[in-house]
Amino acid sequence: MANITYIEASGQATTLKLADGWSLMQGATANGVDGILGECGGSCACATCHCYVDEARLADLPPASDNELAMLDNVAAERRPGSRLACQIKASAALDGLIIHLPDMQE
Amino acid sequence: MTAHIVIIGAGQAGVQTAEALRAGGFAGAITLLGDEPHGPYHRPPLSKAWLAGDIGAEQLVMRAPEALARKNIALRTHTQVNAIDRAARQVKLADGSALSYSGLVLATGSTPRRLPLPGGDAKGVLALRSRMDASAIAERMAMCIEQQLPVVVIGGGFIGLEVAATARKKGLRVTVLEAAPRLLGRVLAPLLSDWYAQLHRSHGVNLVLGAQITALEADRQGTVSGVRMADGTLHPAALVVVGIGVSANEQLARDAGLACERGIVVDACGRTSDPVIVAAGDCAARRLPDGSLLRLESVQNAIEQGKSVAAALLGQERPFTATPWFWSDQYDKKLQMAGLSGGADQWAVRGDMDSGSFSVYHLRAGQLLAVDSVNASRDHLQARKLLDAGVSPTPAQVGDAAFDLGTLLLK
Repeated sequence: MANITYIEASGQATTLKLADGWSLMQGATANGVDGILGECGGSCACATCHCYVDEARLADLPPASDNELAMLDNVAAERRPGSRLACQIKASAALDGLIIHLPDMQE
Repeated sequence: MTAHIVIIGAGQAGVQTAEALRAGGFAGAITLLGDEPHGPYHRPPLSKAWLAGDIGAEQLVMRAPEALARKNIALRTHTQVNAIDRAARQVKLADGSALSYSGLVLATGSTPRRLPLPGGDAKGVLALRSRMDASAIAERMAMCIEQQLPVVVIGGGFIGLEVAATARKKGLRVTVLEAAPRLLGRVLAPLLSDWYAQLHRSHGVNLVLGAQITALEADRQGTVSGVRMADGTLHPAALVVVGIGVSANEQLARDAGLACERGIVVDACGRTSDPVIVAAGDCAARRLPDGSLLRLESVQNAIEQGKSVAAALLGQERPFTATPWFWSDQYDKKLQMAGLSGGADQWAVRGDMDSGSFSVYHLRAGQLLAVDSVNASRDHLQARKLLDAGVSPTPAQVGDAAFDLGTLLLK
């Protein structure tokens, strides 16, 4: 279980309690956080769940796969050091309190 | 009459349309009608992560009903539409009631084709389209695992092959029967069909190409027991998954007098032959400039057409003309396809097919039509840009790994 806070480009913040194993994308789309589209349903195939992870917590996350890195090369908004795809980050106790910022566009 | 847009179908296209209407400023009522018991859910994981048991059913949720309610989108599940009365601008529901509409969206999806063979309706012969279908397959797979019984997949298309890969992952004995001489023959280049055949065989699938099936055999309880071939061979099976394509759900539209031809005929903005009725997703057949019809079964198509039809209902032109793309996960291989490969006369490979990371470029008369990438997402994303821009590399450029195809886009 992890509390994850999503801050949309507009400043709108939403905190969701996600069960272990849920991806940050699943939590956001199921609950209508508009800044994440997740068009492919979490297959790392569309790059529309781009998010910026608080850099201080990047080490708590498993590293991005080659496939994710390739998708990140093609996100619509600016890519930053904390850029990840929310579908590839699974909730666990280690992520509790994580804050992610959402870009102003996903496609 | 107050503005009320009724959307028939609560899948990807229906949800996208509803949300795009709100995002576009539509302030009237929106009613989203789904005939299933579940609210909107993601279909792609059904044949992959969900069937494999890697994610739970609740993780399939596309939008929780509360999330739709916050956008003032009224979701009605378990709701069957019987007819459209275009003169009265009403949809007639199975419970006898009617809903008046000022705009109507047909997002009715598609239905798996049934096997037109003796025994095709035996118990244990299943297709995969809905959550309920997937549950039925999962239940039967569990029984097959417990009793060590074999599974047969009929049809070497995406659904069949994804189910086969998932079944192998679960340790089941799997036979895939494909009538054509190669896998995914309508979409993949021949050398990639061969590569996929080898991939499945290397994972232990018993793959039969050019398969001629004559009947499905059942036991005395009417449960499937095997698949009989023209040469007399019997492939025993306690579960048969049929993946031989889908048909557009166009009956409502047809009965209402809308133009239908292998789907509900629409223009690039998703408009049907009735100005207040639009169609999006699997059910819609788009008329192309050359007069031909294009019906796509993909998430991207459902999303993009959903956006187009929402705009059309708001009086705006937002044609869907982007390069089609699609993906399929089998074993640890991610296939990503961009463009439509029909009519290709030349193929060129980038990367090393033996390494399992490469792309196949389809060309016709030197023009790039499509690119199929296997574990090569960078190629795929670049291909979408090349195709959108109408830029074609030469086969020599494709084959030269040292040549950066991206430089062609800079010109």
